[in-house]
Amino acid sequence: MNVDYFFEMFLGGLTRGSIYAMIALGYTMVYGIIELINFAHGEIYMIGAFTGLIVVGILTLAGWNTVAILVIASFAAVIWAASYGWTMEKIAYKPLRKAPRLSALISAIGMSLFLQNYVLLAQTSDFLPFPNLIPDFKFLKPIEHILRPSELVIYLTTAIVMALLTFLIKFTRMGKAMRATSQDREMAMLVGVNVDRVISMTFVLGSATAALGGILIASHIGQINFYIGFLAGIKAFVAAVLGGIGSMPGAVLGSLVLGWTESFFTGYISSDYEDVFAFLFLVLILIFRPSGLLGRKEMDKV
Amino acid sequence: MHQKQWRFFKLFIAMILSAAMIVACGQKEEPTQAEEKVELPPIKIAVVGAHSGDLASYGIPTVRAAELVAEHRNALCGINGRKIELVVEDDACKPEIATSSATKVTGEGVNVVLGHICSGATKAALGIYKDSHIVTMSPSATNPGLTQSGDYPNFFRTIASDDAQARLEVEFALGTLNLSKIAVLHDKGDYGKGLAEFAKSFIEADNRGEVVLYEGVTPGAVDYSAVVNKIKQSEAQAVIFGGYHPEASKIVSQMRKKAMDTIFISDDGVKDDTFIKVAGEYAEGVYASGPMDTSKNSIAIEAVEAHKAKYGEDPGAFYLNAYAAALALINAMEKSCSTQYDDIVNALRSEWVATPLGIIKFDKKGDAIGVGFAMYQVQNGAYVEIK
Repeated sequence: MNVDYFFEMFLGGLTRGSIYAMIALGYTMVYGIIELINFAHGEIYMIGAFTGLIVVGILTLAGWNTVAILVIASFAAVIWAASYGWTMEKIAYKPLRKAPRLSALISAIGMSLFLQNYVLLAQTSDFLPFPNLIPDFKFLKPIEHILRPSELVIYLTTAIVMALLTFLIKFTRMGKAMRATSQDREMAMLVGVNVDRVISMTFVLGSATAALGGILIASHIGQINFYIGFLAGIKAFVAAVLGGIGSMPGAVLGSLVLGWTESFFTGYISSDYEDVFAFLFLVLILIFRPSGLLGRKEMDKV
Repeated sequence: MHQKQWRFFKLFIAMILSAAMIVACGQKEEPTQAEEKVELPPIKIAVVGAHSGDLASYGIPTVRAAELVAEHRNALCGINGRKIELVVEDDACKPEIATSSATKVTGEGVNVVLGHICSGATKAALGIYKDSHIVTMSPSATNPGLTQSGDYPNFFRTIASDDAQARLEVEFALGTLNLSKIAVLHDKGDYGKGLAEFAKSFIEADNRGEVVLYEGVTPGAVDYSAVVNKIKQSEAQAVIFGGYHPEASKIVSQMRKKAMDTIFISDDGVKDDTFIKVAGEYAEGVYASGPMDTSKNSIAIEAVEAHKAKYGEDPGAFYLNAYAAALALINAMEKSCSTQYDDIVNALRSEWVATPLGIIKFDKKGDAIGVGFAMYQVQNGAYVEIK
């Protein structure tokens, strides 16, 4: 097969992987801190996209420039979705923090269904067009047909978000508190870490990256509806487990591996079996490396 | 003691009420019985389909169509002087209920059946009607095997079968557009995959073209760039897609953004205004097959007006197909002056009848000639029929 085709598949997988990574970060961070699988996380991604659409609609009517719209809509989506994440933790998980883990898991599934149906009722069940916010110019000759600006923006945003999060966790007070909480919540509490604030912050950060992923992919694909969070959320969850849930570099690696697996299977075998092979791959990895690609028994969880 | 008295009182009231009802019913029935002595026995048409449950919206329009047609005919002189009587029976579109509904209406001695609605239920019931020599006509069962298998000579329908759409799309691509390399995609669903399979087999049977790619995409996937790249790699001149508009608009948009001008041909799941709304400028030039536009047919206009006058709303799904089926059945019994199975079948196959779907008759297999699909293309943001 020719090289161009390989690169196209590679970049397509990278796009998918980047989006999965933006969502998977939230899964992995929340799990790292309170060992909860937040199944409503995919819905936060969807809410981010919807918030973006509403803000874009208003600003387009006001006649603003598309790049300004993209920036403002992204900020709005991030803030709004983060507030959803924060509220969700307070309502659905905080009261259950001492309950058996299964209760919190069921509460998460309930939250997911609630948010889906809430958006369905408040908005519509139809697919809605999402305007292309990233100027669609052409690159130079060799890569003109392979790479598009919106894809490049997705890669760059993902990279920047990774860098910022790594910085935050490694070098700030909040990061230190998060690492401490993830290692031993009670001990952290004893040495004066405000654990409640740390948990809230984790939800806020995870929701913010998911919302950013939501608005970027909506602009890239051009359509959204209330159900987009479901499959994307499941895939991101799988990616997080693949990389080793609780580990941030693991979530990113798992997402990219999943994205490439899907893309190359589609490209060289058949998209009929895209999901079959992606999940078969997951099963194999979990059999031979139960803690995921980068997971360790004694891991730095956040 | 007091309670016991009250209980007797209630029983007494109940007895009086039921007696009154018997009298009332008796009074009502008397004149009808008197009339019937003079008149010929009515022709019974069974109307069977989903009248309850989640698919009721597909079945109720058929009942209403049958009621309106029967009322109209009875107001004239019925069928050759015999009144039409409807026997309405619910099958909830479930095959297991459909068989008992079929047994029941057969037991009531109906002359013809209008229904059933869903392909599965229709198939389950057809054997029973076949054994009792009853002509059955569905307004909505599109499964190709119902007519093409030849197992049910008593079955007719006023809707084109699923493969007719695929055949039209393939003929359009190979014949009208003169293309030879076709990629066939589907959404892995019953409808989309069925259609794609037909399209694939028709292209393979035809020596004018070849299938260069045949694949299913996952509905709701984050993006379709891998499949789009694959289409590009396969050098297909056109894509025939079986499925619904959300996937179609994503695929078309991604193709156009990659500067691919591959022709996109799809089905009536895509011939929907939402597709144009969502895909926007990328929808331009997309072809889709859909039922022929009969909104300007005078009988169709009349039928819709009659529905609005009686029920105060626009008719639902398959209403015009059901209206056409009722007219075709009545016409066949009228023209053949008979309610015998063979006569009705012969009349259905030989007599043209004017219906809301146009002037139709039926072929040997039972599919309506003159009912079908047309190709549409998005031009300036609207679907335009291609003549």
